[in-house]
Amino acid sequence: MYLENIKKGIVELIKKAETDLPLDVVNALKSAYKIETGVAKIQLEAILKNIDLAKKTKRPMCQDTGIQTFFITVGIDFPKILDLKKLIVDAVKTATIQIPIRPNTVDPLTGLNHKDNIGNYIPYITWDFTNGSDVSITAFPKGGGSENMSKLGMLKPGVGIDGVKNFIVDEVIKAGGNPCPPTIVGVGIGGGADLALKLGKKSLLRPVGIRSRDKKIAEIENELIKRINKSNIGPMGLGGKTTVLDVHIEMAHRHPASLPVGIVVQCWANRRAHMIIHKDGNWEMK
Amino acid sequence: MEYHFTLPVNKDKIKKLKVGDILYLTGEIFTARDETHHIMLKKNKHPFDPSEMALYHCGPLMKKDKGKWHVVSAGPTTSSRMEIFEDEFIKKFGTKIIIGKGGMGEKTQKALQKYTGVYVAYTGGAGALAAEKIKEVTGVYWLDELGMPEAAWIFKVKEFGPLIVAMDSYGKSIYKKLKKGK
Repeated sequence: MYLENIKKGIVELIKKAETDLPLDVVNALKSAYKIETGVAKIQLEAILKNIDLAKKTKRPMCQDTGIQTFFITVGIDFPKILDLKKLIVDAVKTATIQIPIRPNTVDPLTGLNHKDNIGNYIPYITWDFTNGSDVSITAFPKGGGSENMSKLGMLKPGVGIDGVKNFIVDEVIKAGGNPCPPTIVGVGIGGGADLALKLGKKSLLRPVGIRSRDKKIAEIENELIKRINKSNIGPMGLGGKTTVLDVHIEMAHRHPASLPVGIVVQCWANRRAHMIIHKDGNWEMK
Repeated sequence: MEYHFTLPVNKDKIKKLKVGDILYLTGEIFTARDETHHIMLKKNKHPFDPSEMALYHCGPLMKKDKGKWHVVSAGPTTSSRMEIFEDEFIKKFGTKIIIGKGGMGEKTQKALQKYTGVYVAYTGGAGALAAEKIKEVTGVYWLDELGMPEAAWIFKVKEFGPLIVAMDSYGKSIYKKLKKGK
């Protein structure tokens, strides 16, 4: 009963992520709608109507319900830490049928669809630990179209921060209408190759419109937003002022010889939902 | 200009459409992504006649209820993945309307011009909105083999749109125009 109740909560969490877009994203799309005209406005109108409809009818806003991805922070005094992984896997299986969400896990060798959104390493979970007895879970289903536009640049350190900025602007412009703009661009600078991409993805958890706490990085984010939006790629690549809703940057220290830049593009459907599970098994959406 | 077409359409109607026009479609459309293109072209299998339908780049989210398929969410998928197949597909099946998102390349553009076709863009991610315009599921092919997203689904749609004419039969492309403007 205890575990069953938590599983029910995780299914609800996935449902919320798939059907109800966070307010910061909706507001950013509404602001974009106000400043756009013509074809760009038609696209944003369809997007906003779609968001409303998905929420009202409790159906996934996009048919690509993504690869099920979770960021979990575990309070070390939570009594059932070892059950959490199985609970997530079971919840994903149930959600696939119940919500429903599209079966999206395919064997890379045979092309066979696993039909339940489960597979090697999937659902993909990132674990972190903290004090206390609460478990915090963020569901972050990630669509394929935008993920396909991810890029890793192992730049020469000599190109400096200007080289980093140019790389980001060029890659986002090259992606054009493919990742369903207006997008949110997550960037990880530094680390090794894997860490740069990981930070890029993690940065997407930050709400749209919130700048980096580091003033220098915040300035770079602002500059990149302006430069990319000058490209006129616009909503769905059909032209317009809004190509990105936001750019988020996270940084790690790097090896003297390396300057990794990981770009992870997120479509306008920046789906995230967050819950807290208490040690008594009760949970709440946040 | 805004147009409302009922499928099938002839070449004269296609010729009316210019880049930037808005189109709404009523009639039968079929979904095809990478795998369905591959099967129909390379393995030469075509258990249904695609010539009179519009081709929709889409991997829908479906639900079976009381033995009948229903659409839950069905927005477009990224069209550029199909660029490697599309000119041949247009030539072989006489496809006149392709619905997708993100745009396609030179090869498709040339085929659209040569065989009189258009590529129209539907809003990516607008899966719930699209599902509202799909009135009936009339068939599905290769579901067991390819799985839900890659199977070929046949939909009856009503006033499906707004679709933006993004590549017309005169060799014009909204995407090319943008690239020049950069």
